[in-house]
Amino acid sequence: MSAARVGVVTFPGTLDDQDAARAVRLAGAQAVPLWHADHDLKGVDAVFLPGGFSYGDYLRCGAISRFAPLMDELVPAAKAGLPVIGTCNGFQILCEAHLLPGALTRNASLHYVCRDQLVRVEQTATAWTNSFASGQEILLPVKHGEGRYVASDETLAALEAGGHVVFRYVGGNPNGSLNDIAGIRNEAGNVVGLMPHPEHAVEELVGAPSTDGLGFFTSILKNLVNT
Amino acid sequence: MARVIVDVMLKPEILDPQGQAIARALPRLGFSGVSAVRQGKRFEVEIEGPADEAALAEVRKMAETLLANTVIEDYDVRVEA
Repeated sequence: MSAARVGVVTFPGTLDDQDAARAVRLAGAQAVPLWHADHDLKGVDAVFLPGGFSYGDYLRCGAISRFAPLMDELVPAAKAGLPVIGTCNGFQILCEAHLLPGALTRNASLHYVCRDQLVRVEQTATAWTNSFASGQEILLPVKHGEGRYVASDETLAALEAGGHVVFRYVGGNPNGSLNDIAGIRNEAGNVVGLMPHPEHAVEELVGAPSTDGLGFFTSILKNLVNT
Repeated sequence: MARVIVDVMLKPEILDPQGQAIARALPRLGFSGVSAVRQGKRFEVEIEGPADEAALAEVRKMAETLLANTVIEDYDVRVEA
């Protein structure tokens, strides 16, 4: 059986693509580099949108990336069920592209926050979290200046009622996110976005606070093998 | 040639910590009587033809598509006098 192929997107200014690709390989899948300027998803089974400062965060975080040629392919594919995860800047891009509701705004403290953060997994019925136990608390790095999740009252109520809040900050909210929201999913559960970084928590050797991030990658592999 | 101004502001219900920080700094500089500050963005769009209704409609579309994120921001389009 050939290994599952997970695409990792690089925009100008993306920082975490190599860590994401490494995490994909550690989990036993093949990492496929995807280039922002190509109209080509290379037939991958899933896509990881990594963090960084695509297009220098000009205008708004993710606002320019949303219109990259690759996104012309990714948006319809995600709507058709392709598993997609965005972390940090990737989450911001998914919101700007309207694949996920709401938006990420300046941290309430105005400080860039870089720390190890406890996060509770609220939803395991997604392509990217089925390896976790419901309510499990995991430790992941956060590092962002604009991670405060906001949405209208109606959107927020719909997210909560539908069980679409996938991750919540525990032991302190780093950015003032509404309802302590750290990550959400779309209706179908194939698209997930979160501010913390699972791809930085896969190996103790590099000083990661945990290897809890591996669960994201084993989830997607389990998902691909089962389908 | 005409210049069209697009003002983009966070919606009133969205927290603006930058505006708050500015408001807190003002009294330290001796400016009193300021009850609140909100910070936004101003775009100056130079268009080739006259700023007629069709051109303004096009700029509004730009604002809707790229200049503003209407999930969290409002925009206002006007011709510079």
